[in-house]
Amino acid sequence: MLSKLINLDRRIIFILVALAVIIPTLLPLNLPINVSNPTQRIHDYINTLPAGATIMIAFDYGPSSMPELNPMAKAVLRHCFDKKVRVIGMTLYPFAPTLADTLIKEVAEEKGAVNGEDYVFLGFRPGYEQVMLRMGTSIASAFEKDYTDTPLTEIPMMKDITNYDQIDLILDLASGSTTQIWITYVNVKYSQQIAAGVTGVIVSNMYPYLQTKQLIGLMPGYLGASEYEKLIGVPEKGTEGINNASPVHVLIFVLVVIGNIVFFIQRKREE
Amino acid sequence: MELIEFIGIWIAAFLTLCIYSFLYRDNPFYRFAEHLFVGMSVGYTITISIYQGFIPFAWEPFWEAVKPFWPGVPREAGWSGLWKLIPIGIGLLFFGGVSPRYTWLIRYPSAILIGLGAGLAIPNVLRADIFEQTRGTVEPFASINAGTLSIWGILGAILMVVGVVCTLIYFYFSVEHRGPVSWLSKVGIAFLMIGFGSAFGNTVMGRVALLIQRVDFLINDWIGSIGALF
Repeated sequence: MLSKLINLDRRIIFILVALAVIIPTLLPLNLPINVSNPTQRIHDYINTLPAGATIMIAFDYGPSSMPELNPMAKAVLRHCFDKKVRVIGMTLYPFAPTLADTLIKEVAEEKGAVNGEDYVFLGFRPGYEQVMLRMGTSIASAFEKDYTDTPLTEIPMMKDITNYDQIDLILDLASGSTTQIWITYVNVKYSQQIAAGVTGVIVSNMYPYLQTKQLIGLMPGYLGASEYEKLIGVPEKGTEGINNASPVHVLIFVLVVIGNIVFFIQRKREE
Repeated sequence: MELIEFIGIWIAAFLTLCIYSFLYRDNPFYRFAEHLFVGMSVGYTITISIYQGFIPFAWEPFWEAVKPFWPGVPREAGWSGLWKLIPIGIGLLFFGGVSPRYTWLIRYPSAILIGLGAGLAIPNVLRADIFEQTRGTVEPFASINAGTLSIWGILGAILMVVGVVCTLIYFYFSVEHRGPVSWLSKVGIAFLMIGFGSAFGNTVMGRVALLIQRVDFLINDWIGSIGALF
């Protein structure tokens, strides 16, 4: 039995994981979602902003992180457009412009938000720190035109927005190290409020900033997306995702426990 | 469903299955999809770099600087734009690496980049990652002193300090890890293991999310698109 477990064909585990994903996709679960404090804090912060306030969303992720971060972006955009909070979208990630533009347009169409008045997407600029620092002086010095090549001076909502002073919150949706760079250069230098929605892979690195309030809130992966969807009352891909992920998490937990038991038994026998 | 969308879904489904076929064993379908992915990623990155980096930040400033001296172009701008050639020239020094004879030229742009990077980073990183984190670790004790922290808050604050100190001791190699130092360093290892476990769990969550999205695509979009055939 022990030798069978030790020499278990890894493909059996792949099949088990596949089944743990496919079955809940075909037969959806409706597991309860409890909203965590870090996600609640982002929601409450945006909820208290007056109509006409401005939030900058940095889409710092590519297609490989879309499953976790797109649902977050959608939920936050819906919340902002419902609250009449203006949105400035931008990215420091070269693979993001198309997906971010498509996403903003989709939610804007759904909510009747108008490009140039309720939102603007500035597109991509290379250089992390340089772009962030330049926007601290003047957003137009980093992005002379928006993604559609319209000069910022001709965009109505940008007329009263010069730099971070007119931005109430920066939300970084990130799959890499950009959140730390936003904190290091924009929170420290300009005392700008920053929140983050990040992939599960990097979320552990973010909690120290949450504890020191360098981040006002944090959405971790599918969980954060599902929590925000619950808060705005629109369960969608994030909620589906966390429901489908839960059986896999249980399976992996069981496999880790079995693996450890087998490891310790084997080590004891060898001794 | 439009034909182009239908074709796109089938190509995406085919490439997804090609990639997942690696779970059985390495095969030509997997290698085809992998090479296609790498090629497209590199091609896309180069295109973006040219259009979003090289053209607006090197070519256009260069052209603006030299245009007044082009035959037949009015010289209103005169010399004022010539300063733009300085950063472009410094950047071009990186190409010194192409020839072993001129490799030394790289030192100048490298020195500027490192100096600029360090100058920008050091004060901000110190404040964001050292001072603020230290403040965050000891600040709860001010609340304990003021009597405004709950019993769980107090325990959390103490645990945080114990974790930070013991973990730092684990990485402190200037004294031999014997006796009390060894015990504290072992406590530090326990905290590190908890941290790694948390990071592993979150990484699994992230990777599973990718699988879920692909399965969702295959079941709902790809198999769903078969209905469009009839």
